[in-house]
Amino acid sequence: MFERTELNARNDRTQALVKVLFGVMTVLLALPVLIILGMLVVRGGPMISWEFLTADPTNGMTEGGIYPALVGTIWLVSVALLISVPIGIAAALYLSEYARDTWMTRAINLAIINLAGVPSIVHALFGVGAFVLFFKFGTSILAASLTLAIMTLPVVIVATRESLQAVPHEFREACWNMGATRWQTIRRIVLPNSISGILTGVILEVSRTAGETAPIMFTGAAMFLPFLPQSVMDQTMALSLHLFAISTQVTDVPEELPYGVALVLIGLVLALNAVSIGFRTWLRGRKKW
Amino acid sequence: MDSPTTATQFAIETRKLNLWYGSFQALFDVDLQVKQGIITSMIGPSGCGKSTLLRSVNRITERLGYVRTTGSIEVMGRDVYAPEVEIVQVRKRIGMVFQRPNPLPISIRDNVIFAHRLHASAGRRLPKRERDEIVEKALRRVLLWDSVKDRLGRQATALSLEEQQKLCIARLLPVQPDVLLMDEPCSALDPKATEAVEELLWELRGDFTILIVTHNMAQARRASEECVFMLMGKIVEHGDTAEMFVTPRFEETAHYIEGRYG
Ligand SMILES: Nc1ncnc2c1ncn2[C@@H]1O[C@H](COP(=O)(O)OP(=O)(O)OP(=O)(O)O)[C@@H](O)[C@H]1O
Ligand SMILES: [Mg+2]
Repeated sequence: MFERTELNARNDRTQALVKVLFGVMTVLLALPVLIILGMLVVRGGPMISWEFLTADPTNGMTEGGIYPALVGTIWLVSVALLISVPIGIAAALYLSEYARDTWMTRAINLAIINLAGVPSIVHALFGVGAFVLFFKFGTSILAASLTLAIMTLPVVIVATRESLQAVPHEFREACWNMGATRWQTIRRIVLPNSISGILTGVILEVSRTAGETAPIMFTGAAMFLPFLPQSVMDQTMALSLHLFAISTQVTDVPEELPYGVALVLIGLVLALNAVSIGFRTWLRGRKKW
Repeated sequence: MDSPTTATQFAIETRKLNLWYGSFQALFDVDLQVKQGIITSMIGPSGCGKSTLLRSVNRITERLGYVRTTGSIEVMGRDVYAPEVEIVQVRKRIGMVFQRPNPLPISIRDNVIFAHRLHASAGRRLPKRERDEIVEKALRRVLLWDSVKDRLGRQATALSLEEQQKLCIARLLPVQPDVLLMDEPCSALDPKATEAVEELLWELRGDFTILIVTHNMAQARRASEECVFMLMGKIVEHGDTAEMFVTPRFEETAHYIEGRYG
């Protein structure tokens, strides 16, 4: 009565086939990433030196280092996050912990989702119109970072809201039944248990922001500017735009130079991701339910 | 609810209490008088409105937004629905225990002191000694001290269900509530843990008025002095538990006690 039937055999064959197929897809997916990384390391690796990281570009950007661009990217990303993270977290807290389900909140949610889908060049144009011209910030770190902030805001909101909603509702009920206000509940229970997810979302955003070119190109980043910015009202160089410039705008660039710049950019992003993953693992280890 | 108890023998008294969830009426003209300092059990088939009645006493039903209530509920002689009532004070004076133990995902010690921090010591730093005394007193009161005293800093969610449920009772005590509402507090527990919690209820009796919902007839019989039988949003019978189980006044009560409805 427990013998294997023809049907069992057929199901097993299908199952094996599907497994192989999916495996192949996975490899195909990972392949380009590996090739890109490999090429960058092989061709750009020899470029990397302390000097490359800390010297100004010279000779029409065909020689020297990338220091102003590296510093510029850090400026742009930091200012953008200083703006988008507090606003994003506050908005997510409001939407998930306070707002009732009305047509207003639904409309806002829809707007956020749509904002996440707007192409970055459109954000760039908005940034020029709003921050550079209307608010008269000129082309500056402030204008560029505000543009980046608007672009990252929906993702911060969505990531935060998801982490908040992963905290079981019964904890909130327990608090409310003891007479805690919504804010006391958020402060003492909800935030401590969702902070790891929120931070992960934020740090992933950092890496995305660092690579953006279009939104900063017309709002605050300069092709060539071998000085460090002194305030947020200054223009600055940035790694992504520098890469774009030496790959397409400047002639006689040594073939390996763009690879070196790209490797630094990717290295920065990967380092941030690694920090985010490490941090999340550490925080996860501390929470239990 | 700011001044202490007025002279009344009832801890909870509802008059003509009606409650609607949207257009669905869940409670009909409920007149209930729960005596102070004793354990009153509430029984009745699933969906008859026991939880609803319990939850309208501490006004947690309001959170839903689509709930409408008429009639009055007095707790220790004060109308909890009166306009000047501070809802946070209501929640402080009326503790609630749930079917599934719901300790907060913080340490055992922080769980016990949580409500105290919200109400009594908000805005000031509680000296460590005072805090430890409060924690110890509450945990002793629920017969949990000996088994957890060496691991107060550990996550409360790692305790056994029985310990968790006792902890959920313990954390209500530091703010000195008058009334403890318990919604099937033992139905997630095994018989031995159930017995332990019942023992605890007898221990707390006298200092607190306890209103406990249960589906377990034996439990109602063992662990309560008065019993309320509800059916379809109405109170059918309310009386001395022993009497009610031996000579119920109404046919419906008799049927339910004999196990003829779910
Ligand atoms: N949040 C709610 N929204 C709408 N209707 C509800 C809500 N909660 C309960 N009800 C309805 O009110 C009635 C009473 O429910 P209640 O939970 O008070 O019953 P109960 O006696 O506690 O049942 P049980 O023994 O299953 O816990 C039920 O018909 C239920 O469907
Ligand atoms: Mg119920």
